[in-house]
Amino acid sequence: MDTLTNWIPNVIEYSNLFPQAIVDTLIMLFVTGVISLLIGLPLAIIVVVTKPEGICPNKTIFFILDKFINLFRAIPFVILIPMLSDPTRWIFHTTIGIKMAFVPLIVGTVPFVARQMESAMEEIPEGIVEASISMGMSPWQIVRHVYLKQNIPGMIRGMTIVLIAVIGQIAIVGTVGAGGLGDLAIRFGWQRRMNDITYVVLFLLLVIISIIQMVGDWLVKKTTH
Amino acid sequence: MIQLEHVTKTFKTKDGDVQAVKDVSIHVKEGMIYGIIGFSGAGKSTLVRCMNLLERPDEGKVIFDGQDLTQASPVELRKSRKKIGMIFQHFNLLPALTIYENIALSLRMEKTPKDEIDAKVMNLLELIDLVERKDSYPSQLSGGQKQRVSIARALVNDPKVLLCDEATSALDPQTTQTILKLIKRINKERGITVVMITHEMFVVKEICDRVAIMDAGRVVEEGDIVDIFSHPQEKMTKEFISTASNANKIDELIEQQHPITQLKENEQLVRLQYDQTNTSHPMISEISRKFNVDCSIIYGNIEILQESPIGTLICVLKGSDDDIRNSIACFKQDGIRVEVIKRGHID
Ligand SMILES: Nc1ncnc2c1ncn2[C@@H]1O[C@H](COP(=O)(O)OP(=O)(O)OP(=O)(O)O)[C@@H](O)[C@H]1O
Ligand SMILES: [Mg+2]
Repeated sequence: MDTLTNWIPNVIEYSNLFPQAIVDTLIMLFVTGVISLLIGLPLAIIVVVTKPEGICPNKTIFFILDKFINLFRAIPFVILIPMLSDPTRWIFHTTIGIKMAFVPLIVGTVPFVARQMESAMEEIPEGIVEASISMGMSPWQIVRHVYLKQNIPGMIRGMTIVLIAVIGQIAIVGTVGAGGLGDLAIRFGWQRRMNDITYVVLFLLLVIISIIQMVGDWLVKKTTH
Repeated sequence: MIQLEHVTKTFKTKDGDVQAVKDVSIHVKEGMIYGIIGFSGAGKSTLVRCMNLLERPDEGKVIFDGQDLTQASPVELRKSRKKIGMIFQHFNLLPALTIYENIALSLRMEKTPKDEIDAKVMNLLELIDLVERKDSYPSQLSGGQKQRVSIARALVNDPKVLLCDEATSALDPQTTQTILKLIKRINKERGITVVMITHEMFVVKEICDRVAIMDAGRVVEEGDIVDIFSHPQEKMTKEFISTASNANKIDELIEQQHPITQLKENEQLVRLQYDQTNTSHPMISEISRKFNVDCSIIYGNIEILQESPIGTLICVLKGSDDDIRNSIACFKQDGIRVEVIKRGHID
């Protein structure tokens, strides 16, 4: 115990802050992941089917959606936070705490999820879609049975990348008052020069990222036939 | 069963328009195996894809079972497609489904009762001889096995027609034979009309009743296989036929001045072609007796097309000019087609 107090004195002193920070980070990760998937996946489907070479080509919808996704992908996340502070206040009546983080996190992540899911679906060979058309499947049936089901490993791989990126963004929203591990690192590790806190936060983030990666790899293996 | 009327399809590409199919009219009659052959890029795939409107023709009609598919509503079109099975060069099975599920998928979507699906899928698994692999995934099968599964999948809706686009091109010769036999069996036992796209004449020879030869988007020749093989008209057709037999090898040998094609003064190299109508009497011994002509055979082959034989002999006739002329006349009288390939010249 003595050696620990020597090595990481501040971490010991403020150890009561860590559980909450970890929980906040995990909640932000989970909520952002789920909601972004629920919005991003349908967007990806619409992009894939309305493409010029898709099963229901529609130039207008494709063009607008495609550009929209690109636009939001291009905005740096740190700019997204102030940009969205008004809608955030309007939805949650607050711009501090964990709730304020959801709007920028989700808005920033949805286009990323959409692109990842789109490329997973694009990996399905064209011939498989054609075979399905030739079997008399309707566009909706093709979406359900082919696009959504035939490259699940690719989708999981995409989501793994997304979630790891979200960890980084959660750390950023922490700096503007959303809580979580990033918040600890900034307020204590940086502003009060408590380096040991920074390193322990870093270590915890690496653990979370490794777990995401391991679970992702395991699921990919489970779903690859 | 399937009738194409003046079908034209043009692709617009960055480098300009590509006319893949130009004014093609063919009629695939019920119960037959119809071959479409042509070199790469001839437009065969585009043509067959027009048959189930995977590719929508720019002009012309696609009549299936009395209905013009180009005019059908999306719902009607999907209904017709279920009656037109299709198999592909690269199988296109769904990778995340087992063999059983791949075959069953189409029925599942129609909410067919489970036991009915099971009976049907098991029956098809028996047909393709893969019952014990039903829970495997496509990635665990060989090419030939995958193609058998895709055939079973195509048959699950009891189609009237089976479209095969280069179904054997990715397979080795032995596996190709198994698949061809299976297709022929399906045609005979289930009465399913088959359209076979291929670039290999032996496939046509093996199982087709009728064939269309395509070149640069057009059908250049079309007819019953026996007619096509025994009386080809177009150069393209002859080229394809020569790929399926050795009988034209002789031209190459002559060009290379191979010893067996070196003729003496009183010799002529001839090609004789006959079918079953003129195999009744012993021609060769007859001419040697009657005209004092010796006949030595260099090459002999017999093709069985739709159970009727087409024979080819390449031989050297030796005798005086008159005698050989008379012998040839005698062959011709019997309906044997004779072509003098080369005459021995006086050095
Ligand atoms: N989707 C497409 N877009 C543009 N051009 C196409 C398309 N599909 C086919 N073509 C062109 O149409 C022509 C005929 O192609 P098609 O695939 O029908 O030939 P094929 O006879 O099946 O050849 P292969 O034996 O190589 O399969 C080719 O010149 C090809 O480049
Ligand atoms: Mg082709």
